[in-house]
Amino acid sequence: MQCIRLEYEVDGENFASAGNASESVKRTLKQLGVSPASVRRVAIAMYEGEINMVIHAHGGKAEVEIYPDKVEIYLKDSGPGIADVDLAMKAGYSTATESIRSLGFGAGMGLPNMKKYSDEMRIETAVGVGTTVFLRINLE
Amino acid sequence: MATLKTVVLDSDKCIGCITCMRRCPTEAIRIENGKARILYDKCINCGECVRSCKGGAKRPVYDSFELVSSYRYKIALPSPSLFGQFNNLDDPNYVIEGLLALGFDEVFEVGLAAELVTDCTKKLMQTEDLPRPVISTACPAVAELILLRFHELADHMLNVYAPAKIAAKLAKKQALQRGIPADDIGIFFISPCPAKVYSLHKEEVSNEKYISGVLSQSDVYFRLVEKMNKIKNPRKLGKCGYSGLGWGSSGGESNSLGLGNYIHCSGSRNVLGLLHEMSDGKLDGTDFVELNMCPGGCVGGVLNVENPFIARNHMRQLAEKLKIPPATMEEYGLDETFFIWDKAPEPSTSFQLDSDRFTAMQKMMQVEEYLKKLPGIDCGACGAPTCRCHAEDVVLSGGVLDCVKLEERK
Repeated sequence: MQCIRLEYEVDGENFASAGNASESVKRTLKQLGVSPASVRRVAIAMYEGEINMVIHAHGGKAEVEIYPDKVEIYLKDSGPGIADVDLAMKAGYSTATESIRSLGFGAGMGLPNMKKYSDEMRIETAVGVGTTVFLRINLE
Repeated sequence: MATLKTVVLDSDKCIGCITCMRRCPTEAIRIENGKARILYDKCINCGECVRSCKGGAKRPVYDSFELVSSYRYKIALPSPSLFGQFNNLDDPNYVIEGLLALGFDEVFEVGLAAELVTDCTKKLMQTEDLPRPVISTACPAVAELILLRFHELADHMLNVYAPAKIAAKLAKKQALQRGIPADDIGIFFISPCPAKVYSLHKEEVSNEKYISGVLSQSDVYFRLVEKMNKIKNPRKLGKCGYSGLGWGSSGGESNSLGLGNYIHCSGSRNVLGLLHEMSDGKLDGTDFVELNMCPGGCVGGVLNVENPFIARNHMRQLAEKLKIPPATMEEYGLDETFFIWDKAPEPSTSFQLDSDRFTAMQKMMQVEEYLKKLPGIDCGACGAPTCRCHAEDVVLSGGVLDCVKLEERK
């Protein structure tokens, strides 16, 4: 099926730039007339994904495919990988450093929120190699 | 005002520079044949183009002062920001006496209505299950921006009328109670910005509701100063206190709510940034967000005379002298129903490429194709603010790409 394909580099050095990809995807979805509720779900899932890549993986790449009935997001990084995925999925669990927490990030809600706001989530990860998070959000 | 336009172009003065097009927060200006054209379906009337035009080619539209004299009983509604426009003003009653000397029969301070709006907002936030953060709707340009570009935040909008409308409603109610015939009453808001001119014309003047006309603060200012200079001992007529006066600058509204967890922010770039943060879910723990499109709040509106930060200093010093408790709904025999919207405003679909999702997708794919060709430097030479806007314009109007950089490459 035909889709709109968007790609973003997520800058690992820059907290302020996290949200840029989300902002651009939101714009596209709104111009397509996607419902406000769906825009919000994609925005939050996408933003959490961007922040995760900045905090844990020195950045990465976000690939977004927009179909008439769904949005698929691939968040790819070459970071440290996740040793225990089940533990990482627990609300409140975080490996973020104290300095990152002091910035208001690292509350351990990133992955749980991405799951909460998506219809499907898959994590492929290898320690020392990197992580790819796949998200599917169905559009109303 | 025949049409609902708040900013028009003086074509002779427009030199076709791209300053206003670049500053427009909603990408609603194009340069065509060397002149700036406003796309009114994307315009939120914020006045940023008026502020940025160096040649004075962008003209705000408002009602003529002469309109006031066509009513037998004239009521002036001065906004809090008006009181910040004067040097060495130590008593707000000079302004009120000045307005009466200008021919008004009564002055109803919008700041007083603002205190009542605060009281109502406090009650609603305690009793109703409003989605947090609650976003203030006192700035009509912000409200328009949400309805144009941030539909996902529409249910966060505070569903109460802005102080100007409440002032008009209350002033009219009281005048009628005193036996003044409805046809004789003319109520005029003195506006600091084109956004309030537009919103009150759309809701009020065109529907012949409470407000009869909207005047410009700077137009009134010059007439007013002359009268104020002749006043010796003003009577104690003003009822607005520090709380209502504070609404004239950014933070006044949110401060008066007595909440701990709130944000106030002003200036179009900052407002856009914060709205994006909100739609990413970043402010879910915040109770209240006050946004003003103009830098510094209403004192920054383009119909003011004084520099916004100087005006703010004036207002702060004046507020120190008005340490009276804020007005309450109870005092005025009102309840929440007096303040709550009759109906929620409709979101605008002007930002969509097409009303049909599949067609919109086809168009978006074409936009993305064009974007691969365009240089992405957003130079503005084509007459659109960004390469993306140009690509969208071409897709929507069916023309061809018109880019100096592309021509260079050939």
